[in-house]
Amino acid sequence: MPRPEIIKWLRTQFFPHMWCPGCGHGIILHALLRALTDLEKKPEETVIASGIGCSSRMPGYINACTVHSTHGRSLAFATGIKLAKPELTVIDVMGDGDCSAIGGNHFIHACRRNIDITAIVMNNNIYGMTGGQASPTTPEGARATTAPYGVIDPSFDLCKLAEGAGATFVARSVVSNPKQCEKYIVDGIKHKGFSVVEIISTCHTQFGRRNKFRSPIDNINRVKDLSVSQAKAKDMTPEELKGKYVTGLFVNVEAPEYTDQYFSLVDKVKGE
Amino acid sequence: MPDVAFWQGNQAIAQGALAAGCMFFAGYPITPSSDIMEEMAKELPASGGRFIQMEDEIGSIAATIGGSIAGLKSMTASSGPGISLKQENLGLAYMAEIPLVLVNVMRGGPSTGVPTKISQMDVMQARWGCHGDHGTIAYSPSSVQECYEIAIKAFNAAERYRQPVIILSDEVLGHMREKVFVPPAGSYAVANRKRPGVKPEKFVPYLADPEDDIPPMASFGDGYRWHVTGLAHNDFGFPSAREEEVEKNITRLVRKIDRFRDDIVEYEAYEVDDADIVVVSYGTVARSSITAVKDARKRGLKVGHFRPVTLWPFPDKEIFQISKRAKTIIVPELNCGQMVLEVERAVHGRAKVIKKGLVNGEVFMPEQISSFIQEVA
Repeated sequence: MPRPEIIKWLRTQFFPHMWCPGCGHGIILHALLRALTDLEKKPEETVIASGIGCSSRMPGYINACTVHSTHGRSLAFATGIKLAKPELTVIDVMGDGDCSAIGGNHFIHACRRNIDITAIVMNNNIYGMTGGQASPTTPEGARATTAPYGVIDPSFDLCKLAEGAGATFVARSVVSNPKQCEKYIVDGIKHKGFSVVEIISTCHTQFGRRNKFRSPIDNINRVKDLSVSQAKAKDMTPEELKGKYVTGLFVNVEAPEYTDQYFSLVDKVKGE
Repeated sequence: MPDVAFWQGNQAIAQGALAAGCMFFAGYPITPSSDIMEEMAKELPASGGRFIQMEDEIGSIAATIGGSIAGLKSMTASSGPGISLKQENLGLAYMAEIPLVLVNVMRGGPSTGVPTKISQMDVMQARWGCHGDHGTIAYSPSSVQECYEIAIKAFNAAERYRQPVIILSDEVLGHMREKVFVPPAGSYAVANRKRPGVKPEKFVPYLADPEDDIPPMASFGDGYRWHVTGLAHNDFGFPSAREEEVEKNITRLVRKIDRFRDDIVEYEAYEVDDADIVVVSYGTVARSSITAVKDARKRGLKVGHFRPVTLWPFPDKEIFQISKRAKTIIVPELNCGQMVLEVERAVHGRAKVIKKGLVNGEVFMPEQISSFIQEVA
């Protein structure tokens, strides 16, 4: 059972949640709420924004200031909120399709701006809600309803994408390691600037059952077996790393944050 | 004494927005509306407001909605393709009842069309553009002075009725320079959204007051917690697919505008009382029409002009009154016939309605309107 202080963050009237029993996303929700309580955040000063998809139902369960926006666009909504009220803690939860397909443009530009938002990408390698279509992170060869003979296009490495676009905090974990998920979320929220925490999640209903991982546990074991720490990955060849989820903290640098820059500009203009 | 300025229409919209209390603008460059964004980029930082150039049109309206959720009066502006791109999130703002002003400086379409020339092809897009039902408020200015005044009115309507309000300007008006009398602050009405009067734990975000069908709106960061969603929702703001809750949600979005139709509708009638022929036109075209109507009067013809200032809600009752006397109504517009459909609906067959469209990127000259009058006189 979650701790009582975590229950206080939940809109418990909506439980049981709409995620399939055994879905990896619940582990991420719990990790996020542990992070928020660890950091002693106040729900009325915390914004959780999302787009559309299974991942994006998460804010509905959190008793904070929540936005369930349109598919792929949540970071643009979150950017507006953060710029209007920089004192708010703004967290954006996204799925893999949300973040890297329909919302790819908003994602790279949020990274570039280095606005103080924490983006949690819940990557389950599939469009779950709409019935199991291939996403930009469905592994090559895996089957999906829109790839019945296996996916032929290469996957995105979301952490490399975020780093290349200028995010100043980039980390990856897997749902089989909830303590690490929590730690990266805590550090991501504490980080001043745009933070990306990619968490490899599971979808036994839409991904697993078409790819010989039928039960929730099979799917958790799959991501656990495929995850490799950054330290271990250093000594592995590109061939050995193919299809693996490298976990760790990849980027943690200080750089001017967007709203700080904006309000410095305001001060300068007003002074002139 | 008011200040006198010499502004372009786009600049006047930006200045009017600031006078109404606009503190947030997000945009993306597009012809012929970019001047609005450029003016806001200059003015907002100087007044402590927020300006951001977003990565695309979709992000611009999303950020604008975000700014409004956080409590700031917010605006975005675009044209043609940009407006098409914004429609999905415009729908979210209708559904979640987020006040904002959307300026459409109309250019030729469809698609890329004629970016640098005028059209009035987006009248129906303004009414229906976004999937699903909703009430619409759209203003059509016809002078630079009116661009300024309508920007204030649009913000007031957005705040009062808690929804997006559209300004349908056009390329000629946007770039035309005219004298503007700028009223001193305090001499015009400024509306602000209704705030909740209850404690946060008692707050029911979408519980509308029965007297106006409009729920008070809290801002993020003001101590209230609530859920913003594009899904159909109940009074608590939480998703619902229950028939009675969905019905209640959607019908209220339409009803809250319908019931205040008479408060919102604005028009300008010129010499219509004894007119046998009435020209109905709006925006830049109305300027040519009025010149032609004055000219016809000089020649002894009983001609009047009616200009809808709000294209939505459409002044249908008022046009019906005119059609009781007028035998012919001429509707010149810069499209193949959009507002004319509303005019036909309004007159119920009591007068002959003549459609005159122009889609070559130019404006009707007064002589052209005169010749339309001559044809039926």
